Amino acid sequence: MKDGWVRRSRERVRAFFWKAPLDADLDAEMASHLELAMEDNVRRGMTLDEARRQAMVGFGGVQQAREKQREARGLPFLDVLGQDMRYTLRTLGRDVGFTVVAVLILALGIGANVAVFSVVNTILLRPLPFPQSEQLVWIAPPPQKCGLSCATYSADAHEEFKAQTRSYQDVTGYMAFSSPDNYRLTGRGEPQPATGMEVIGNFFEVLGVQPAMGRLFTAEEMRQGSHPVALLEYAYWKRQFAGDPSIVGKEIDLNGRPVTVVGVLPASFDFGAVFSPGSKVDLIVPEILDDERTWGNIVTMMARLKPGVTVAQAQAEATLVVPKLCWSIKYPQSCGSYVDKHGVSMEVKTLKDYVSGRLRRSLIVLWSAVGMILLIACVNLSNLLLARSAARGKEFAMRSALGASRARMVRQLLTESLILSAAGAVVGFGLAWALVIWLAHQGSVALPLLSTLHIDGEVLGWTVLIAFAAALLFGLAPGLRMASGNLQEALKDSGHGSSAGRKHERVRAALVIAEVALACVLLVGAGLLLRSFLKVLDVDLGFQPDHAASMRVEYDDSAPTGDQSAVKRGAIFREILTRVDALPGVKVAGIADYLPLGRNRAWGTPTPKGKVFPEGALHGPLVYVISPGYVGAMGMRLHGRDFTWNDGPASERVVMINASAARVYWPGEDAVGRILQANGGDCRVVGVVDDIHADNVEGDPGWQIYYPITQQRPNDAELVVRSSVEPSSLAGSVLRTLRELNPGQPAAEFRPMKAIVARANSPRQFFMLLVGVFAGLGLVLASLGIYGVIAYGVTRQTQEIGIRMALGASRGRVQRAVLWKTLWLVLVGIGAGTVASYGAARMIQSLLFGTEATDPMTYAGMLVLLMVVALVAGYLPARRASRIDPLVALRTN
Amino acid sequence: MGAVKLDLLQGTLDLMVLQTLASMGVQHGYGIARRIEQVSGNEVLLNQGTIYASLVRLQQRGWIEAEWGTSDNNRKAKFYSITKRGRKQLAEDASHWQRLSAVMGRVLSQQ
Repeated sequence: MKDGWVRRSRERVRAFFWKAPLDADLDAEMASHLELAMEDNVRRGMTLDEARRQAMVGFGGVQQAREKQREARGLPFLDVLGQDMRYTLRTLGRDVGFTVVAVLILALGIGANVAVFSVVNTILLRPLPFPQSEQLVWIAPPPQKCGLSCATYSADAHEEFKAQTRSYQDVTGYMAFSSPDNYRLTGRGEPQPATGMEVIGNFFEVLGVQPAMGRLFTAEEMRQGSHPVALLEYAYWKRQFAGDPSIVGKEIDLNGRPVTVVGVLPASFDFGAVFSPGSKVDLIVPEILDDERTWGNIVTMMARLKPGVTVAQAQAEATLVVPKLCWSIKYPQSCGSYVDKHGVSMEVKTLKDYVSGRLRRSLIVLWSAVGMILLIACVNLSNLLLARSAARGKEFAMRSALGASRARMVRQLLTESLILSAAGAVVGFGLAWALVIWLAHQGSVALPLLSTLHIDGEVLGWTVLIAFAAALLFGLAPGLRMASGNLQEALKDSGHGSSAGRKHERVRAALVIAEVALACVLLVGAGLLLRSFLKVLDVDLGFQPDHAASMRVEYDDSAPTGDQSAVKRGAIFREILTRVDALPGVKVAGIADYLPLGRNRAWGTPTPKGKVFPEGALHGPLVYVISPGYVGAMGMRLHGRDFTWNDGPASERVVMINASAARVYWPGEDAVGRILQANGGDCRVVGVVDDIHADNVEGDPGWQIYYPITQQRPNDAELVVRSSVEPSSLAGSVLRTLRELNPGQPAAEFRPMKAIVARANSPRQFFMLLVGVFAGLGLVLASLGIYGVIAYGVTRQTQEIGIRMALGASRGRVQRAVLWKTLWLVLVGIGAGTVASYGAARMIQSLLFGTEATDPMTYAGMLVLLMVVALVAGYLPARRASRIDPLVALRTN
Repeated sequence: MGAVKLDLLQGTLDLMVLQTLASMGVQHGYGIARRIEQVSGNEVLLNQGTIYASLVRLQQRGWIEAEWGTSDNNRKAKFYSITKRGRKQLAEDASHWQRLSAVMGRVLSQQ
């Protein structure tokens, strides 16, 4: 009867909470029962005493009847649990040292796990912060050497793709080649730099982002000549405009032009977090495609799939459409230029996959590492609890003699584990929370979605889950021992050196060996990652980041014709560079429009004059427009000559190329002096520069070509200064110099080149540090475990050692025996650990750089470290053993 | 003591209590226990105190009701009576028992 079940449960809960009145009622009832029975007996002819006695006999045990009634009416399970918990809290409170250590170990293990889960959840598991984000896809050619330049499309191609495909609700994108601080906000005190991104008009509609205030762009605002508008990002609005809601609809001065603020984006939207990790975007402006039709491949392509369309279907359609895309409608010969004759031309993948797929391996490695830490912690705790329960042998024996069932005592031990685990989980959760908040504010680490890291319900659920799992893991061994051991043995006085004790010693030794093996794996993993990171730092970037810094320069080279503009530009930059060169401490300065390891762009496919190459043999190099002095300021190695101020709009067109390109253009010959057909004309190669790592540090450098700023219009101007002193000390004087020439120069940041390189390496460094911390943690925990087992062994064998010393063994001999025992344990652990480490190293092979999975130095280092740890951990117990006074040891029991 | 007395399972005691109340009408705990002892011909091992666990179970299920009152000799006692639902449950359980014992009898008496 379902109804009865509900009613019964209600009654039981009520009975659990109102014990006293029900107890009183029962007592009254039982008293009346006995009186009635007595009456009956007297009526039958017994004496008063006999009647009473017979009544009691007939009734049976009063206490038992009470207990049975209580069990039947209430929630006995909760009652028992309550008892167990009270008992556990008392015993834990008595042994404060043990409790504190245990809770700390658990807090570290659980806290680390919760923090890493949070990171993994944010970057890998959680869907992107857009509605129905599984429909969003990223469309690009497969990844190549030229970074974002090879992942974009021209304005015409973008519109053509949109027109020709049926799989998408809408197609959008953004302009991928703007630099940081590309806007200057004036009219509000000192000019402030701001970073803006151009997006295609339907960008926010496709993503499903609604503005927090105001509105999104209209179709009118996407057309040429319309009044400039902008959307502010939430953080920028709070910071720059003090969160003033009336800014919507007002005009602000950007780059000298009035721009209307049409809205403020919601706090949940962060362009940088999703699309360009490690950078901050302040405002969003509409991309006016008509202005950019001749700019080349500049637009990224993203879309929202129609409901029911799969990525595979979209991929199939894309493969059919891509041959029809033209770089420019005006040049029919540019049609089909997006087809790669050797493989896949266009890849459609989910946006989530694009944003974080690259990191999947590293994150899984991190997650495994932190899981191992928890395992080590649990093993440690298991050992600690085993030792403790061995010491409490008499207590358990007493309880068993008084009638406690074995199951009851196992349950109490498990309760102890749960309480320890819960306490550790609470502290660990707090630690993790702090760590997560700190991580979310690390803006310089170029990891996607890092700034959206936060603690939520899923993280809490995970905490509870692993707290339970941990309690089960480390509570298992002591619980099993309780379940199988002979309790009465402990009541006998001897207890030392019994065979049961030896078996438990083996179990604990096995646990320590497992700990050492796990620590081994962590150490080898961390070691390999460290060596990879060091190898990455050693990579010859092709330029010298030390003692160099850059600052963005504002200039105005507007003039009626391109040539006049070039002359004006040349004069401005020449003046800037002359003055900056003259500053004390400056060795050389130069200007370029893009810096290595930052944004870059590519256009054109230069061909050596007079030579014919097979299809696809020539790539489009990355294009840099530079001033004289730049090569020197960057510390690049040059063969031939640098550009000079004599290379102007009227003189012969000159270029510099990098060594890799030169080797393909003119194999075996000196490229200097030869003619390259580039940029729509003949250019003479005046210099060959050694390859620089322009797009990333770890991959192969691609091709680079350099044009002089007096012959080609730069997109930007970054002043690079090489100094003999620390660059930061020159920031003030450089800014002053720039302001002398252009009072409108905004207070831009003087960024050291080292910081730019560090940012490129930041994801690898981040992971390496985390795994390193975990390895350190694992090592500490393992050494504590070793110490615990050895120390306890010495304590247990005090009598035996005393006897040995009384029979003539020297102190040194005793010490060596203990140390040997320690070393033996650790060596076995290392043996097992080495095998496991090799397996793990093979799995992370793809994350290593310049390092083999069998790197002997790493394994040797791990061996030495663990041996040292063994000696240190065994030292104290060994000393204690050698100090044992045989007389005292023999006397005690 | 004659032959070894039968131990009572929890469910069977409940059923006996229900039946006793159904045939006796309103009765207190001692009365129910005595009656069961008598009717079973003293073949049942019953610690009278265990009846209170049974009574509280039946009460929680709504099959019996309880009320404090006075006995014939002016003693205070808690009186129990069977409810309509209880009678229904009794009928179901009793028929189930009959079937069960009949089947068991047949099975156990086979050669």
